[in-house]
Amino acid sequence: MEKIPILKMGSFLLVTIQVDLYDQLAENLESDLINMVKKTGAKGVLIDVSSVSIIDSFMGRILGNIATMSRIMDASTVVVGMQPAVAITLVELGLPLKGVYTALNVEKGMDLLRSKILQEEGPQDDDDDGDEDHTE
Amino acid sequence: MTTTETKIILNKDILRITKDSDVVPYRNRVKEYAVKIGMSLVNQTKLITGASELVRNMLKYGGGGEARIEVITQGRNTGIRLVFTDQGPGIPDIKRAMTDGFSTGKSMGLGLPGTKRLMNEFDIQSEPGVGTTVTVVKWKNG
Amino acid sequence: MKNEAVKIFQKKKSTILENWMNNQLQDDGLREDLMSNEDLRLQSEELLSSLVDSLTDANIESSGSGDFDTIRDILASISISRAKQGYSPRETGLFVIGLKDALLKTLGTEIKDPETLYKQSMMVNKVMDNFAMHTFETFIKGREEVILRQTDEIADISTPVIRVWDGILALPIIGTLDSSRTQIVMENLLQEIVDSGSSIAILDISGVPAVDSLVAQHLIKTVAATRLMGAECIISGIRPEIAQTVVHLGIDLSQIITKASLASALKTAFNIMQLEVNKKQKLKA
Ligand SMILES: Nc1ncnc2c1ncn2[C@@H]1O[C@H](COP(=O)(O)OP(=O)(O)OP(=O)(O)O)[C@@H](O)[C@H]1O
Ligand SMILES: [Mg+2]
Repeated sequence: MEKIPILKMGSFLLVTIQVDLYDQLAENLESDLINMVKKTGAKGVLIDVSSVSIIDSFMGRILGNIATMSRIMDASTVVVGMQPAVAITLVELGLPLKGVYTALNVEKGMDLLRSKILQEEGPQDDDDDGDEDHTE
Repeated sequence: MTTTETKIILNKDILRITKDSDVVPYRNRVKEYAVKIGMSLVNQTKLITGASELVRNMLKYGGGGEARIEVITQGRNTGIRLVFTDQGPGIPDIKRAMTDGFSTGKSMGLGLPGTKRLMNEFDIQSEPGVGTTVTVVKWKNG
Repeated sequence: MKNEAVKIFQKKKSTILENWMNNQLQDDGLREDLMSNEDLRLQSEELLSSLVDSLTDANIESSGSGDFDTIRDILASISISRAKQGYSPRETGLFVIGLKDALLKTLGTEIKDPETLYKQSMMVNKVMDNFAMHTFETFIKGREEVILRQTDEIADISTPVIRVWDGILALPIIGTLDSSRTQIVMENLLQEIVDSGSSIAILDISGVPAVDSLVAQHLIKTVAATRLMGAECIISGIRPEIAQTVVHLGIDLSQIITKASLASALKTAFNIMQLEVNKKQKLKA
């Protein structure tokens, strides 16, 4: 059985979805990813969908499931690189993709995850001014 | 635009759908036709996404069936018509099935109403105990 | 019985053409700017030849006959091309009416018996009127095509995407926002987000005359699609009366960042990107 490779990058996991997923493959991804989150204690999951040409409600549900399960295990999920046509279609379809963060590309996705982690660690960190939210 | 003109079928193709692994090849076939008639990328994506929803419903609830792909013209328009026919249990209350969020499969209940929004024409016929037929049309520039 | 009119037309073809050309050339509205007299003559000759060739004793009484398909095709292509060149309906109509006049005039000089003349004229009248009607129909179709094309062009021109800052796009929308327009706006915007790698888009609607629930729906969808791609979308140019209707219609825009002006939207964008714009300070020595 083929598998979708999951890459570990520091405290994040990166999955690049290359092909239009067969259903079984997609369901495997869900469990593989959750096991990996547990094993590595990853703080974030990046799912690169830049070469995915369609996301239907089945795929959407899997993405949502991954996000929800990761959340429970204290990791955030970012879907990166969604194509314009796919985004327009998802909105029309009415799929909410709840609990999923999005970013333009992997790099920006990592930045987003880092800032989420910083935010969660609370404001008591050092005064390294610049990348903290303004509190006015 | 005149909608009274009749639709003419230019080309057709019929696929049997019996298992999950039929979904992706079927989608690819729909895409081939959409590309062939020069459908815009966004419309292609909407068409294929809707097709995917309907073919999955047919598998999940109708026990598989027949998926037909047609290239059609009507007046100035060219487009793709998809017809899904199964001999499954049918849908007792179509109006409810067409509502956002209604699902008997513990799912999101977006497939039918969402697909209707993605297509230019949408028709569903169903009779309990006999089966379900869903017909959709997406125009090239619709 | 051999039909008089058919026989006469075949014999007098060149006279008819001369008469017809004269009818056309004498008209004050003749557009020499759009077509040379030479081309006009060629077009007329082609049509007349085809008419004389396909007119038979049998079909002269049935103007819907398939024998006239070639003529209808010629008429259709003439009137569509005239519609696109900017001819008026009157000018286009005169083309066919002028031929009818020429045909009837020839019948008048050739047929001596009043009763035969009357009958034959009525027949020719009917055939030609049918062609005239066909010409009008296709002329209007041609104009519709022009309008459709222009609509597309206007929609394209009127949705420019501007890169106002590194990472910030602005899209001023001018005119009504219907669903096909929204589609174009959305596609242009999202593609530009990909191409430029921008993470913030400002949709300025100060040029949109009214926001009803449908337009609001379109805006909400655009924002949702932008967010799915990983960018933020700010709506600016909310005039007081728009804010009023939005509230009165009970439209929920709470999930969307809205700003009164493009300037304040830009400020918000800078904030999100953690940029600061400062007045240049003179260094004191
Ligand atoms: N071909 C079919 N035969 C029988 N019942 C069907 C068929 N297609 C749909 N249905 C019924 O209509 C309901 C709604 O379908 P819809 O596709 O909208 O939602 P879903 O499949 O349950 O969820 P989702 O598509 O969001 O994963 C289904 O739950 C099912 O009860
Ligand atoms: Mg479904």
